[in-house]
Amino acid sequence: MIPAPFTYKRAWSLDEALELAGQGGDDAKFLAGGHSLLPLMKLRLAVPTTLVDIGRLGELSFIRDEGGHIAIGALTSHHDLAGSGLLARELPLLAHAAGLVGDPQVRHRGTIGGSLAHGDPAGDLPAVVLALDATLVTRGPADSREIGAAEFFRGLFETALAPGELLTEIRIPKPSDTAWSFQKFTKRAIDWAIVGVAVQGGSVALVNMGQTPLRATAVERALADGAVPADAAAHAAEGTSPADDVNADRGYRQHLARVLVARALAESRSRS
Amino acid sequence: MTINGSAVAAEVADRTLLVQFVREVAGLTAANIGCDTSSCGACTILLDGQSVKSCTVLAAQAEGREVTTVEGLASGPDELHPVQQAFRAEHGLQCGFCTPGMVMAAVSLLAENPHPTEEQVRSGLEGNLCRCTGYHNIVRAVLAAADAVEGQERP
Amino acid sequence: MSIMGTRVARTEDPKLLTVGGTYVDDIRVPELTGAARVTFVRSPLGHARITGIDASAARAAPGVVAVLTVADIDDLPPPPPPPEGPPPDEPAPLPLGGVWQEPLLAVDRVRFAGEPVALVITDDAYRGADAAGLVSVDYEPLPAVIGPEAALAGETLLFPEAASNVAVTNGKPADPAAFDGCDVVVERTIGNQRVAPVPLEGRAVAARWHDGRLTVWVSTQNPQISRFIMVGAFGLDPGAIRVITPDVGGGFGAKIGVDRDALLVAWAAKHTGRALRWTETRTENLIAMTHGRAQRQTIKIGGTRDGRVLAYRLDVVQDTGAYPRLGGFLPFLTSLMAAGPYDIGRVETAYRVVVTNATPINAYRGAGRPEATAAIERAMDLFAAEVGMDPAEVRRKNLVPAGKFPYHSPCGPVYDTGDYVGALDKVLAGAGYAELRAEQARRRARGDVVQLGIGVASYVEITAQDAANGETARLEVHDDGTATVYTGSSPHGQGHDTAWAMLVQDDLGIGMDNVTVVHGDTDLIPLGIGTYGSRSLQQAGVAVHRAALDVKDQARRLAADMMEASEADLELDTERGVWHVRGDPASARTWADVAGHAGADGLAASINYAEGTPTFPFGTHLAVAEVDTETGKATLVRHVTVDDAGTVLNPVLTEGQRHGGIAQGVAQALLEEVVYDADGNPLTSTLTDYAAITAAELPSFELLASETPATINPLGVKGIGEAGTIGATPAAHSAVIDAVSHLGVRHIDMPTTPARVWAAISEARNRQ
Repeated sequence: MIPAPFTYKRAWSLDEALELAGQGGDDAKFLAGGHSLLPLMKLRLAVPTTLVDIGRLGELSFIRDEGGHIAIGALTSHHDLAGSGLLARELPLLAHAAGLVGDPQVRHRGTIGGSLAHGDPAGDLPAVVLALDATLVTRGPADSREIGAAEFFRGLFETALAPGELLTEIRIPKPSDTAWSFQKFTKRAIDWAIVGVAVQGGSVALVNMGQTPLRATAVERALADGAVPADAAAHAAEGTSPADDVNADRGYRQHLARVLVARALAESRSRS
Repeated sequence: MTINGSAVAAEVADRTLLVQFVREVAGLTAANIGCDTSSCGACTILLDGQSVKSCTVLAAQAEGREVTTVEGLASGPDELHPVQQAFRAEHGLQCGFCTPGMVMAAVSLLAENPHPTEEQVRSGLEGNLCRCTGYHNIVRAVLAAADAVEGQERP
Repeated sequence: MSIMGTRVARTEDPKLLTVGGTYVDDIRVPELTGAARVTFVRSPLGHARITGIDASAARAAPGVVAVLTVADIDDLPPPPPPPEGPPPDEPAPLPLGGVWQEPLLAVDRVRFAGEPVALVITDDAYRGADAAGLVSVDYEPLPAVIGPEAALAGETLLFPEAASNVAVTNGKPADPAAFDGCDVVVERTIGNQRVAPVPLEGRAVAARWHDGRLTVWVSTQNPQISRFIMVGAFGLDPGAIRVITPDVGGGFGAKIGVDRDALLVAWAAKHTGRALRWTETRTENLIAMTHGRAQRQTIKIGGTRDGRVLAYRLDVVQDTGAYPRLGGFLPFLTSLMAAGPYDIGRVETAYRVVVTNATPINAYRGAGRPEATAAIERAMDLFAAEVGMDPAEVRRKNLVPAGKFPYHSPCGPVYDTGDYVGALDKVLAGAGYAELRAEQARRRARGDVVQLGIGVASYVEITAQDAANGETARLEVHDDGTATVYTGSSPHGQGHDTAWAMLVQDDLGIGMDNVTVVHGDTDLIPLGIGTYGSRSLQQAGVAVHRAALDVKDQARRLAADMMEASEADLELDTERGVWHVRGDPASARTWADVAGHAGADGLAASINYAEGTPTFPFGTHLAVAEVDTETGKATLVRHVTVDDAGTVLNPVLTEGQRHGGIAQGVAQALLEEVVYDADGNPLTSTLTDYAAITAAELPSFELLASETPATINPLGVKGIGEAGTIGATPAAHSAVIDAVSHLGVRHIDMPTTPARVWAAISEARNRQ
């Protein structure tokens, strides 16, 4: 319930944030909404020695139409994503998924940057940005990087971010195919997805079917080869390595993936 | 920070959670701690008008912000907020432990969605656990408050 | 007009809604200023020997006042010797003791993950968590015994001196002739899974030893019983202990009395001379407060092809966790109510209680009776499926008919009053049963992905099972016309302040606003039982009523004296709250007048009401569930009930109890389960893993009214607190199974999670 002791630092600018994180060394963590990090710290599963609060960096909270793509600041809250008219028009998959993260209180505080940087394959937004072929823009002490979503998620709670490197922006190309669907299968509404599916056109990404969000490449190939959605969906579990836990075993997750991909494809086609 | 309109300031350990600041420093003990995984919502208060789980916010993150708790809702001893009135009228509470969090979550819900359907109320309160009421009367209370809240200023 | 039976808003609510309740952790009194904080060090292992404890690093940590281990407990009387002779037929709910004795702090062995091993006392709570992590305990793991099968196999014993893991055995072996004459016999072993009560307020204790007196603030359902327990544990006189129970954030049976953790905090306050506070975390609550249910049940039901049940047998293996605190009490209640509301000629029960390396089991809303109802209802459904009859019709055919009350159940109890068929009919009509079956048939014919299931459960339950223990009430009318009730009940959400004030207003005409209800302080109320077992209205409420009548008699004498009239000529006008000579309203005297005329003892009455006997509320629940047959996900879409607990004092309170009970009952059927791995590690120790039900999983409920008065008490009341839970679990469970029965599914163990339902569908399909 009570986190281990740490030093709290507040950044008032992006440069200051990077500077403070650098001073804190490898055990420093950025604090945005805190709804991925603080729960871990309260259970003492994470024990950073320094927290750099970037919550005041208002310049990192934005949703902008930049022509060919939408640019989203990393500090944009799930609540703002879910309520954005721009996203509802251009990226309804993201708006809809953001509206299903956690519960209303969590959505008021949690941010897209925090969710992505946390790298939880059971999270909703990593799979969504993977399906949307997003580019993740980062700032480190030395340079800035642009990392494709496919390269960003490395492993269980592991991303391409180096210590002291801050995710600042998510750039999402406007989809050419507007068919979309998000299927989140849970026991209770507030639960993490047992399995989830994000579809945008011919892109299919899976939530909680491996150590990272995964593209269902076998499904995508089948669709590209002209298979009808129901047949393509039969490939949904290929290349996945879902876990066994109290909610589901591997076999059941694989079955759910097939069912949910089929439903997602059907629903998405009804929207295009 | 400002809590229910009054300035409250103190020096606290960096790891102090906002819920502990509200309870121990400001002495406002209505918000309760009911879990350690941000699941139960008993600690829900408003931060700059939005419902948050104060157990998952550092006090430091709220510095300079406006906090509203259930103790600050009523305009006076006999002038309950419409949500408080509705909870009383509909028997939306039994032991009362979840109630301050539930009321604040409801206030925020109605501020963002003044005319929710029953389904929207239920999903809007999914972050607030109650073990006594079975939620039936809580939902009735929120729906009853919806009409009364319309036209009032956002807290 | 009488206030009885009318809808009255609660007097408790204004405070709870504006400044919140005052729970133990909220208490700010001078006696606790500067109190230190207790943090427990608990076993992370399910079963292990303790080979050493090194607290030196913890003791040296900043802000640490003391670290206490079992070696420091040198100032308490030894535990009582085990009772002589064979266990009585009706076991009392006291710890089994003897070779099964549960220590305060683990001595040389831990038997469940979460068992307390040491206390760390710090100036503030933050440092407590830090310092607790510095206490180094050496464990030598032992094989963990998980589940009843492993316990019965006995390869590893939790209590080697006991020679087995079976702590209690009861019941006769099966009579081979019991099922003679049955055309059809169905037998099945089913689970009634371990669940967690999850009161929103966990356990909390504050304690102070001062001037030879121990004051303990504790979140309990029974302040007086808690004091009694401390008298035994500490060897103190009752007068040296004061127990104060402030607002309590839910109990559900799990806060009956006080447990070892609470006793340790109180002991530590005396031992160190320092005021102490302890508020458990939710993780502690989920692993170290008690769990509920956890029975393995073998049901056997037999009858005729036209649906008449002739015989039923229930064999229970009660997993009681690491320590048999309640002995055989819970399965004893299960056996008592095994026959349910049915008129079955031959009923046999037997039970065994086994220890396992899991959290101890204790009462949880229904405490043994939900288990009985779940078993007989599952049996009725299996029997109905076997004989090809509608499950509601099979029930109708076997329910105790209205003319047979009081009904002598073959299991022992005498059901006082009831209208079981009436309840069934009301619910079937209210739910639109025929149309529901028609919709189910339509979906089956179409082969819809989302199928509909209907579950019907009839139940009878026993409340105030310990009525012989009585309950106390003291009523004082003050010379300003107000009144104070001192009740032995100990509400934790039930609304007794409102209810007892209603009784006083109804009996005496003193307005509710002028009635203060006091509970939860043994200095003010030394004798009392507290609130559990749905006993309070029919025990404490009747005691209040009796006290009011006693006060009324005294007042009549006083008023007659004041008005120089004869008592027979006087009337109490309860509308205006005045005494007057009949036919002469102007002669009125107020309660203030009359109380002021009383002598030095004032106008008061103290009652210990112990004439009640157990009562038997009953009802029927009907649940409608939808199951997505491709994913296995079940959703409750409707829940219709009759819960008849006799005369209703305040429908607001009764409905609230029904709603809450239904939610917990449905939660057990569909969602909640405590899970351990094979090593005894708890896998559901947070509220993200333990699926406590939320508003999003439930519909609004449809409650139908039914009042069949009790005859045993003057108010005609029974207990409503647990009835909703008892009826809801089997109805919701049955609805889910019913939704997929056409696919060949006969049974799914609770909870009917998506994974379980899917597995049942797959298995049935593979069989075909």
